[in-house]
Amino acid sequence: MRDLLAALAELRERLKEIPQADERRLSDLKTEILGRKAGALTHILGRLPKLEPSSKKEVGAAANALKREFEAAFDARERDLKRAAGAVTGVDLTMPARAGWRGGLHLVTQVVDEICDIFRGLGFTRAVGPEAETERYNFFALNFPKDHPALDAQDSFYLGGDLLLRTHTSPVQIRTLERYPPPIRVVIPGQVYRRDPFDASHSPVFQQIEGLAVDEGISFVDFKATLATFARRFFAPDTRVRFRPSFFPFTEPSAEMDVQCQICGGAGCATCKQTGWMEILGSGMVHPAVLENCGVDSERYTGFAWGMGPERIAMSRHGIPDIRLLFESDVRFLAQFAGGTR
Amino acid sequence: MIVSRRWLEALLDRPLDARDVSDRLTLHAAAVDAVVPLHQDLGDILIARVLEVKKHPDADRLSLCLVDAGGGGKPLEVVCGAPNVQTGKVYPYAPVGAVLPGGLKLERKKIRGVESNGMLCSAKELGLGADHAGILELDTTAAPGTRFIDALGIADHQIVIDVPANRPDLLCHKGVARELGASIGAVVKLPAIPGGPADSRTAGLSARPPVRQSATGVVDGVDVRLEDPEGAPRYMIAVIRGVKVGTSPAWLAHRLSAVGQRPINNVVDATNYILFELNQPLHAFDLARLRGPAVVVRRARPGEKIVTLDGVTRTLTADMTAICDAEHPTIVAGVMGSAESEVSADTRDLVLECAYFQPTRIRRTRRALELSSESSYRFERGIDQLGMPDALRRAIELIIAVAGGEVRAPALDLWPEPQQERTIFLRPERVNHLLGVAIERPEVERLLTGVGFFVAPKDGRLAVQVPGWRPDVTREVDLIEEVARLKGYDAFPDELRAYRPGTVPDAPDERARARVREQLVRAGLLEARTMPLGPPDGPDAVPILNPMSAEEAYLRRRLVPGLMRRIEYNWANRNRDIRLFEVGTVFRRGTGAPEEWTSVAGVLTGARRPAHWSEGAKVPDMDIWDLKYHFELAVAAAAPGCNVEPATGGAVGWVAVQQGGEVVGQANPLEADAPVWAAPLFGFEVRLAAAERDLVGYRALPLQPPVERDVALVLPPGVTAAQVSDVLRRAAGPLLERLEVFDEYRGPGIPAGHRGVAWHCTFRDPERTLRERDVDALLARGLEALEGELGVRRRES
Repeated sequence: MRDLLAALAELRERLKEIPQADERRLSDLKTEILGRKAGALTHILGRLPKLEPSSKKEVGAAANALKREFEAAFDARERDLKRAAGAVTGVDLTMPARAGWRGGLHLVTQVVDEICDIFRGLGFTRAVGPEAETERYNFFALNFPKDHPALDAQDSFYLGGDLLLRTHTSPVQIRTLERYPPPIRVVIPGQVYRRDPFDASHSPVFQQIEGLAVDEGISFVDFKATLATFARRFFAPDTRVRFRPSFFPFTEPSAEMDVQCQICGGAGCATCKQTGWMEILGSGMVHPAVLENCGVDSERYTGFAWGMGPERIAMSRHGIPDIRLLFESDVRFLAQFAGGTR
Repeated sequence: MIVSRRWLEALLDRPLDARDVSDRLTLHAAAVDAVVPLHQDLGDILIARVLEVKKHPDADRLSLCLVDAGGGGKPLEVVCGAPNVQTGKVYPYAPVGAVLPGGLKLERKKIRGVESNGMLCSAKELGLGADHAGILELDTTAAPGTRFIDALGIADHQIVIDVPANRPDLLCHKGVARELGASIGAVVKLPAIPGGPADSRTAGLSARPPVRQSATGVVDGVDVRLEDPEGAPRYMIAVIRGVKVGTSPAWLAHRLSAVGQRPINNVVDATNYILFELNQPLHAFDLARLRGPAVVVRRARPGEKIVTLDGVTRTLTADMTAICDAEHPTIVAGVMGSAESEVSADTRDLVLECAYFQPTRIRRTRRALELSSESSYRFERGIDQLGMPDALRRAIELIIAVAGGEVRAPALDLWPEPQQERTIFLRPERVNHLLGVAIERPEVERLLTGVGFFVAPKDGRLAVQVPGWRPDVTREVDLIEEVARLKGYDAFPDELRAYRPGTVPDAPDERARARVREQLVRAGLLEARTMPLGPPDGPDAVPILNPMSAEEAYLRRRLVPGLMRRIEYNWANRNRDIRLFEVGTVFRRGTGAPEEWTSVAGVLTGARRPAHWSEGAKVPDMDIWDLKYHFELAVAAAAPGCNVEPATGGAVGWVAVQQGGEVVGQANPLEADAPVWAAPLFGFEVRLAAAERDLVGYRALPLQPPVERDVALVLPPGVTAAQVSDVLRRAAGPLLERLEVFDEYRGPGIPAGHRGVAWHCTFRDPERTLRERDVDALLARGLEALEGELGVRRRES
């Protein structure tokens, strides 16, 4: 028994050889120690049954433990050698990968989704409406006077009768107010049409995102808070925001919201016409006449609404100089934003 | 609207900083688009006095002047070519090194042998007018060496205001000054007119003329008849006799130049001055040219003609108001006067019109005649009907001050239905309710009073009288806006407060659009956006009544044509591998309103995947099978439940067919204007179904092993893979789990017209392990059915 334990101790010494062994030496070592016929440890294990029960237990435990150690050491060394083999067979790993085509959403779609998602976080669901509209929905229910200059045919595309291509997404405010009771919180993305010739900063067709919130007790403070929160979430948490007076027939008070210029940070540059501010959206408290036109009690309910142009926002945020790039659909342009906007 | 900083300074009687003005107006009244410094390019020009004028030794037409240019320096010798240069007079002087308007830098140089130290300037050289016959003689007491722009007071800023359609009061300096005054705590006061008024000459005007609630009257021998009180609710006329038409004094010309108006003559300039000061358009015309003499305000007779100031003959309609003499129209009311009655150098006696014209009438007239003017712009937006007498009196004073003349009779004020100031009741608690913060009543009163509202408490409310220049303020909420903006929107907090969730569900169409976009992006397509306007692409395309061009005269009825144009654009930019899709609205002519729905389309051309160096040869281009894959993908995402079937009629392509047989999509190769290096082009389009989708249910994953078999079949002409697959599935039953084509072969060993198609079949029984002989039996049953029903046999190998 003593000699067996000594043999095991001697064998244990050979564990140290394994981490240095190359592939061939490793194979030899394996045969020498664990080989089915002539392995030294196999041999010792083979002698166990002949031992007395008392020493059998002691030697057996030691031999089996050593066997596990050797197996683990051989496995580890084999993995190392395999891993090393990959690196040393002369493969140039800087060669280009095999790729598939990468698809992507249009930048404007991504910006629309980003904006709508921020408003979703503020409780707004997504609503839509038709692009061919009646004058009632597009103008009159929104408190445009019958002879408002916006009704000039030169500004809108008419389809015959009182039908026209909507000039803003605001008619969906009316459709929503007519169909659903307050509280209402919706954002309305969609395509709108104006009779503007296509040039670097105008397109006869563009996207708009409308928003509407109507409930009891909604005030100017809620209006400012919601839109300022949007701006800080969309641009940056420390973005400066300002509201200033404006005029829309369907809001009163009306306001434009500016954010600090994203190009110069507010110092003044060509993009912001040296003002340090960028106009982001037109907005205001819903005009009581609009609520009344939809059969909503304007004493009990108040609300706010806004509209913004995702193309312009995308252009200023991403430094795109010409709106036509958004419609040309050059795959090199589209691919630039296929991986996202950041 | 352009306002002049100096003009505002005159009205508020204090110096102003243009930047500060711009910020205050933007935050409290209306956005300022630009602040433009005026005459910055004259900063180098000085005032100089000519001490002595000598003849140039070597040129008859030139003189040699000794000039005092201030600064304590010695008199300088300046060569001058102007005939009007005189000793002792003061002129603008450009020293050596000065940069003149237009960028020319003045060098020291010899003129006919004599060195000239700078130059005396003409008005034209300074960009101040067309006069270049002589140098500009200045009437100033400023010391030599003073900067020219300071001495003349023409250093100014133009403040360009984007006046919203509802604020006509901001279309004049007084209105803008009022807003500014409210912000800085100053009161507007009209500045005295230089040189006037002389009481004796305006004797008839010392009091307001009496209002006549009638339609006729006589002023100083002129018969005035208001026959169209609907078009001209209030109409005032004055007669000024003995004016001398000539050039305006410098102060008046400068005021107008500063706001971008060209001075014309003293009478016209005076009326323009009142327009820009008080927002009251005025019309002065020549009494001598009036037949009658009469002024008749009436609807134009259909077909009546007038030659307007711009020399164009205009034909009037009965929808327009015309100011006529006893016979003919002399003015298109509120828009433009006639060339004939225009004030000219010979005019002695003036008729001065001060009117309120009905805004809608003016707008229609302006549109019908395609003729607009500063006057029509203001009448359209609504002027101050109550402020007319004051504006007319100031206009008369100004005309007499700058052009002489006298008024012999009080003006005539025809106002058949006099208006009062509007009164609106404001509930202080409603202000707080809508604005969300408590604003004390005295502050509300202070803010409103600051811009001209008259406020009196009444029964716990405020009775607010609206001044005539604010036609936009008609209900309580308008006053609340006044309070908010005058206080400043920035003064309100913007902390989020709790809100109740809304009742409106997400629109199904938006969800469907997002789902289909995601699927196509995953398949490697890039989303495009195309113009929904174009040429007609079918008989039921929806026409636009007033298109901008013939190429954009219809709404699209499909997306593919627009996407094809984008492919051609990409080809023009040498892009070869293009995969685009679009999700957008399409339109078809319907009964009544056009039908519109969301369509999904894609176009594909070029390599199936990016080439990789390890594969050597070029990657194959996409073919109809790639098209079919993308079409099936799009249909599954956009119109679930639809089948993709081969198109009928022999052409290569597929259609998506709804249950019930309606075709809602198609896919096919496309013909385009392709360069030689381009790959074949394919396109598909399918109508998006917005309906909510069924839940995807879980199917238990199989525990039993599959048994697989390959079978090669010979298909006679006309037999399709779909038929084979149907028969096999039916005959072999549900244990045939999967059936895939893995080869097609035509050629030796296959009868002509036939083809060999090989299938890989996977059998599985979910309950037990299938035995080989069970599978053989199922397959045999399938083959038997194929032979019997379709004449398809197993291929001999």
